[in-house]
Amino acid sequence: MPKTIIEKLWDSHVVSEKEGAPALLYIDLHLVHEVTSPQAFAGLRTRGLKVRRPDLTFATTDHSTPTTPKNLPIIDPIAAAQVKQLETNAAEFGIPLYGFHSDKQGIVHVIGPENGLTQPGMTVVCGDSHTATHGAFGALAFGIGTSEVEMVLATQCLPQRKSKTFEVRVDGTLRPGVAAKDIILALCAKVGIGGGTGSVFEYRGSAISALSMEERMTVCNMSIEAGARAGLVAPDDATFEYLAGRKYSPQGAAWDAAVARWKTLPTDEGATYDQSVTIDASTLEPMITFGTNPGMGMAISGAVPDPANVADPIERESLRKALEYMALTPGKPLAGQPIDVVFVGSCTNSRISDLRAAASVLKGRKVNSQVRMMVVPGSQPIKRQAEAEGLDRIFRDAGAEWREAGCSMCIAMNGDQLTPGQYSVSTSNRNFEGRQGKGGRTFLASPQTAAASAIMGRVTDVRTLLG
Amino acid sequence: MIKFTPFESQIVPMPMDNIDTDQIIPARFLKTISKDGLGDQLFCDWRYDAAGTPKPDFILNQDWAKQCQILVAGDNFGCGSSREHAPWALTQYGFRAVVSTSFADIFKSNALKNSLVPVVVDSATHQKLMALPRDAKVALDLAAQTLTLPDGTAIQFPVDAFSKYLLLEGVDELGYILQQDDAIKAYEAGRASTLNTLAA
Ligand code: SF4
Repeated sequence: MPKTIIEKLWDSHVVSEKEGAPALLYIDLHLVHEVTSPQAFAGLRTRGLKVRRPDLTFATTDHSTPTTPKNLPIIDPIAAAQVKQLETNAAEFGIPLYGFHSDKQGIVHVIGPENGLTQPGMTVVCGDSHTATHGAFGALAFGIGTSEVEMVLATQCLPQRKSKTFEVRVDGTLRPGVAAKDIILALCAKVGIGGGTGSVFEYRGSAISALSMEERMTVCNMSIEAGARAGLVAPDDATFEYLAGRKYSPQGAAWDAAVARWKTLPTDEGATYDQSVTIDASTLEPMITFGTNPGMGMAISGAVPDPANVADPIERESLRKALEYMALTPGKPLAGQPIDVVFVGSCTNSRISDLRAAASVLKGRKVNSQVRMMVVPGSQPIKRQAEAEGLDRIFRDAGAEWREAGCSMCIAMNGDQLTPGQYSVSTSNRNFEGRQGKGGRTFLASPQTAAASAIMGRVTDVRTLLG
Repeated sequence: MIKFTPFESQIVPMPMDNIDTDQIIPARFLKTISKDGLGDQLFCDWRYDAAGTPKPDFILNQDWAKQCQILVAGDNFGCGSSREHAPWALTQYGFRAVVSTSFADIFKSNALKNSLVPVVVDSATHQKLMALPRDAKVALDLAAQTLTLPDGTAIQFPVDAFSKYLLLEGVDELGYILQQDDAIKAYEAGRASTLNTLAA
């Protein structure tokens, strides 16, 4: 029977399947960070267990680390203790760690692919819901809770129920000024924040094939924002090209064997999905969110929706409360809304191509004097690459801050945050109330839209600045 | 883990869709390295004002709500991050069940591992629950998979058999996996690794 890549990945990782119990799934790569792991390591100690496969486990610090220069200590004592705890745990349990002072440190979902750790055909987990990022390589990658982190550390396995298969078909060519981020924001707006619950997305179609690996990561990253457990793209030549020669990629004969195996992964002709949705890339506009979840998004030329037009009472109340929190007027366009902060970064949009895209808009221009713009690369290697290309100069000359790598204002745990009432245009993935700082208000958008908005000091359609 | 037993409680209604984990427990409380002390921070930004004083109109700050063990919330409860701090905060406050028309996947999985039962009901039942008078009590029986309303109507809710067994018996899932060591070893023996060795 023809199978989807999702089913192939599942079938090849089932360790055991017993009547009345979920299947036991083998995990090929476990990524660990400081925030969701301390209680799991504590659990191992209590039970006297070891890490079963330290060779398939990899740690970094990213969530609570400051993005100020590295020669400064971590000022927040609780964050410092958490980072220290991960160092202790990694040393004690024999896990490789790209720690705070490593020249390879970065956001967990950035460094996996960057080092060739993430590969096609793998199962990848991490105590972080944006683990789906790794799906860009044709891996089944999903976020887990801390109890599950402990299970994987101890056994390299997880009891799992099979998810439904959900085809997201995106055909057509993106128009100038429209980015991969706009594809995924459009999907979130179309199916809603719970639309993919219980499912794994497979992104396919000509618009997806045309995306670079970095763009595919942006799309897969936000699968969870449409409710899906995971999202992936079948591997192709772009995937192999990206992985060739990376630190942990197979080499020599092992590489050829791996590529041959990876080529068998794509969905078979005639395979069917439990659900499908289609998006026409050629009609997409730059997208922006107006509300307090990533599904509350629209084309940047659109107007803020009116709760009065929503029939369902709870839905209406949710929209009303969102607009009240955002202090936006129903029926008014969002373009032109003054903003205070622009954040370019996060595991969604902090890779070199994202920085290039933002820099290309900013080049020769200035950040509006009312706006603070922060650019936070996803990893130390990306930071160095950007500096080699002179992107840091473009950002600095424009008046933006050029920071050290980390999650930063995506989650606002490290001191980088909005103050109450401030508006940001952010390339991150969540606009929940308070996500970027208590009382802060977030508009999610692409790096291009973020840069254009920084220049104008208000929400701006980047196409108005394209020459 | 303690065995999950039937109980009766008033409910706390929160008629909002898509209540995300950043509302349940804001990220700034995730810098802890223990599981404790999160109950006071549950729904922190809705519950306290800028000075940290409880807002009197927020439902969890009302005296009658403090003993409640069942939260009834809108659709897609627990969306957002994978933080298990969310069910830890809810159970430390005293909740033993959350009722909604649907739950986000990771939250649901995390809740079940922490003796917090996610109860999915249809929208008619949901509306009935939301409309209950404040002092009305609802009974939850996991073994029977029923939520019994004050008028005696017993509503069946789905729970997967495995999670139900773990909760009722107080068995922990890691222990269950550890018993399957032979199967794991057999799988590992046949597994092709393409990682250019991480082994130290
Ligand atoms: S950048 Fe944001 S979403 Fe990504 S891993 Fe860090 S906190 Fe999570």
